[in-house]
Amino acid sequence: MADDISKYTWPAAEKRSLIGTRISRVDGPDKVSGRAKYTYDLHQPGMLYGKVLRSPHAHAKVVSVDTSVAEKMPGVKAVHVIQAPGTEIQWAGDDIVVVAAVDEQTAGDALRAIKVEYQPLPHFVDDFSEPKNVPEGSGPLEQRDIGGMLQNQVPDAQIIQAIQQRGITFKVTDEMIGRMRENKISEDVIKALQAAPQKEPEPAKSPFRKESETIKGEPDDAFKQSDVVSEGVYGCPVITHCCLESHGSMSEWTDDDHLFARVSTQNVSGLAGQFAQALKIPAGNVHVHQDHVGGGFGSKFGADRWGIYTAQVSKKAGGKPVRYMLERDAELEVAGCRPSAFARVKVGAKKDGTLLAWESHSWGTGGPGGGGAPPMPYVVNIPNQRKQHVAIATNIGPARAWRAPNHPQGCLITMGAIDDLAAKLNMDTLDLVLKNIQLTAPPNDEFHRADTYREELLMAADLIGWKKKWHARGQGGPGPVKQGLGLAIHTWGGRGHDSNCQLTIHPDGSVDIKMGSQDLGTGTRTCIMIVAADSLGLPLDQIQLNIGDNQYPADGGSGGSTTIGGVSSSTRRAAVDALSALFEKVAPALNAQPGDLEAVKGTIRVKSNPSRSLSWKDACAKLGTQPVQAVGKNPGPGNLISSGVGGAIMADVSVDTETGVVKMNKMVCVQDCGLIINMKTAESQCYGAMIMGIATTLYEEKVMDPTTGKMLNPNMDFYRLAGIGDIPELVVHMMTGKGYEERGPIGLGEPPTVGPAAAISNAVANAIGVRVPFLPITPDRVVAALNQGGSHASI
Amino acid sequence: MDDLPDKKAKKRKSKQSSSQSGFSRRDFLKITGATAAAPLVAGAAVIAAAPAETAIQGPGKVPIALNVNGKRYNAELEPRVTLLDALRDQFELTGAKRVCDRGTCGACTVLLEGKAVYSCSVLAIDAQLKPITTVEGLGQPGKLHPVQQAFVDNDAQQCGFCTPGFVVACKAFLDQHPNPTPEQINHGLSGNFCRCGTYAGIRLAVMQAAKAGKGA
Repeated sequence: MADDISKYTWPAAEKRSLIGTRISRVDGPDKVSGRAKYTYDLHQPGMLYGKVLRSPHAHAKVVSVDTSVAEKMPGVKAVHVIQAPGTEIQWAGDDIVVVAAVDEQTAGDALRAIKVEYQPLPHFVDDFSEPKNVPEGSGPLEQRDIGGMLQNQVPDAQIIQAIQQRGITFKVTDEMIGRMRENKISEDVIKALQAAPQKEPEPAKSPFRKESETIKGEPDDAFKQSDVVSEGVYGCPVITHCCLESHGSMSEWTDDDHLFARVSTQNVSGLAGQFAQALKIPAGNVHVHQDHVGGGFGSKFGADRWGIYTAQVSKKAGGKPVRYMLERDAELEVAGCRPSAFARVKVGAKKDGTLLAWESHSWGTGGPGGGGAPPMPYVVNIPNQRKQHVAIATNIGPARAWRAPNHPQGCLITMGAIDDLAAKLNMDTLDLVLKNIQLTAPPNDEFHRADTYREELLMAADLIGWKKKWHARGQGGPGPVKQGLGLAIHTWGGRGHDSNCQLTIHPDGSVDIKMGSQDLGTGTRTCIMIVAADSLGLPLDQIQLNIGDNQYPADGGSGGSTTIGGVSSSTRRAAVDALSALFEKVAPALNAQPGDLEAVKGTIRVKSNPSRSLSWKDACAKLGTQPVQAVGKNPGPGNLISSGVGGAIMADVSVDTETGVVKMNKMVCVQDCGLIINMKTAESQCYGAMIMGIATTLYEEKVMDPTTGKMLNPNMDFYRLAGIGDIPELVVHMMTGKGYEERGPIGLGEPPTVGPAAAISNAVANAIGVRVPFLPITPDRVVAALNQGGSHASI
Repeated sequence: MDDLPDKKAKKRKSKQSSSQSGFSRRDFLKITGATAAAPLVAGAAVIAAAPAETAIQGPGKVPIALNVNGKRYNAELEPRVTLLDALRDQFELTGAKRVCDRGTCGACTVLLEGKAVYSCSVLAIDAQLKPITTVEGLGQPGKLHPVQQAFVDNDAQQCGFCTPGFVVACKAFLDQHPNPTPEQINHGLSGNFCRCGTYAGIRLAVMQAAKAGKGA
């Protein structure tokens, strides 16, 4: 059968039966009744419980480990040293020894019998203080230095000069060169790297690493031409993912070299190789399975250290299943955090609000690796820029992707600075952003991004009553409780990932799908079934969906909002192909050509004469004994998806200037994401994003103790999430119809999480007349900002 | 004060009954001193018993019988095992989730004698013979409880890990407040946390379930 790529399109609006409607999630009944099984819920006869001894030091060398007493305790089946003597520990709570025992209590008792001697080393956990007078790096360049320069678009000549003068610490491999060419890195830079002298890395003299300055346009001249220059400090601390189902897995050796790993993960198809490498078995011997995952938010892509040692300790225990889920404190200490970002910013503009110049000196930490600068200025591409970032290596813990990595930080800093500039110009922030809206257009603006932002901002303004409620900064009412408005705009890519969908139509009329994907609670299961059912003209419940297993066709990890585009398009292609094959078999019975048939409302019928039809069941019976099966791929034929979405968030808050308490009054999210597959779960993503945004803005912070280097709030009492009473009226408006739907489905998990922090921070400034520079906007910080009269001088 | 969550009301009540039992703090210390292995968080009923009759329980495994969803469950457990762990690890009732494991997040909420409690903060040995309802006992697919149905209809769940606890908390809340105001919902359900951000759907679900309850 020849592939006619024109057949791989989305059905026209009037032909859709399910796509774009509001469908309750298919796994809802299992979840509300406790029937949905998560990795944490797995239990089987003979299963052993893992428990882990963790480092009390933020930075230390392991000197000795004595597990002899623990190993002899009744009920203890295996003990495995994870980090042997000599290992350097980089954060408190790091995993040292794992015990597998018949129950958790016994495993806990065994941990207390293990003796570990440490040699404490100096630690550093301060990322709030602005690094001052940090010298430019002068030692040989590490791979990440080069990566950072390329990412920050440092001019090639400057990169080449640095390579020649400072040398490099790494070997330039062919694979590396291939990747650079794929990413269109200039040949001159590649040549310079190949010719560079290779040197020993210099030991870090300080936790601060200054990145190269990035310049765009003529910032010095632009500031001179500016009528108004606004300066301020903005930033947000390290926060954690705080997945309600902590990280963890259950591992079992089904024979000497076959592992069955059930993992709480966002990446079912992508784990086998990671296990295999660490355990030295072929990847094909690793079976990974997961039915449900209790939250990931970007932190569950790896087999992880605990995945590997759960398998190792299982092996020592004769291959018996061992389940280990991180305790809550470990979850918050070691299972991932979002890097902090702070910046001292200058923005210059003409009197009429035309933005001219941006300067930022930023800093932040992503743990021992330091981390990079968030994208700034965010979305609003101010023509003249000077930027410098200092990465701080700390013992705070390891960073992991957190919904829309780096975007919320860049958005908070940029939108805060623009909002402060508007206040200085005595302009309505909405007017100032609209005036500069063309700066939001990407270079190749095929989807009219600037116009879309304008439309979204006006829609959001209407929904929150912006024009009626807007007041100049600090004019938030006569009493002690002041009201204010704030806004932000945000963006994300969200192009669908690689996906394979195997769809089978059986002679009895049943349809099943197998995919190695996963449903994070975003509604992936429901969306796959909607696409398949809509494509086949069937009701939803006629599709049997199997996901969550690496023995099904491989699918991408669910990160970066790439799942909906990936699974929708592979499913659409599989359904179109399987249906074509069915049409071939059915056409003679309807006395028609296969191309003349359509599948509508549970029938196969002739397009031009719908009365000539067969019920789905009768049509499938024509298959005889053999089912038809198709594997749809993404990427694949036809143009089913695209990339790049945007949205606007507006917040209305009240701030008690006597107590410093911020109360949310209302929040609005207007968002585009191409073709919406399920309106109900799409809206839920936006509601959830706003709610998570309220928590990160007002409550969340990984509080580190400078004395011990440990996290002070590794629990849910003091690592505070938002409760139902903290949430105001929320309004979601999804952009649909012409201009959006033809773009195909684009990811939605990340984008609406970006804007809330900036919108709320701006609303607080609008209410009380001064900027609270750092998140979370806690009562003490509000009162401190009021007492300082809005001066950013001391931080 | 009517709006206090049931869990707090329960705590208040048990404090009262222990002081009414005529035992001073000093007597309590004596009892626990004499039976060093007795659970430190013994409930009012144990304290009310005369010191001579206080059985020494543990530290090894003791027979424990629980009455869950109308069915009797027996196990040999150490007295330090929580109700939550007993339900999950012994009886395969994994609807109640372990999240914070210290009485903060509400994911482990079950009904104990009709009142919502955090099962991570109740010892299994103290819950013996009292009627316990878990989310599994409220309803199952095909025959969902109106609160469960309302959660499905209003998409009051995403990853679903907080959902069972929330469903049970909502059921207990609606038993106390059949016609809740938005303020009562905010207050009465403040003992449960969600990370994905499903509160908007939960508010709608509570209102729908309240309406459904009126007809029943």
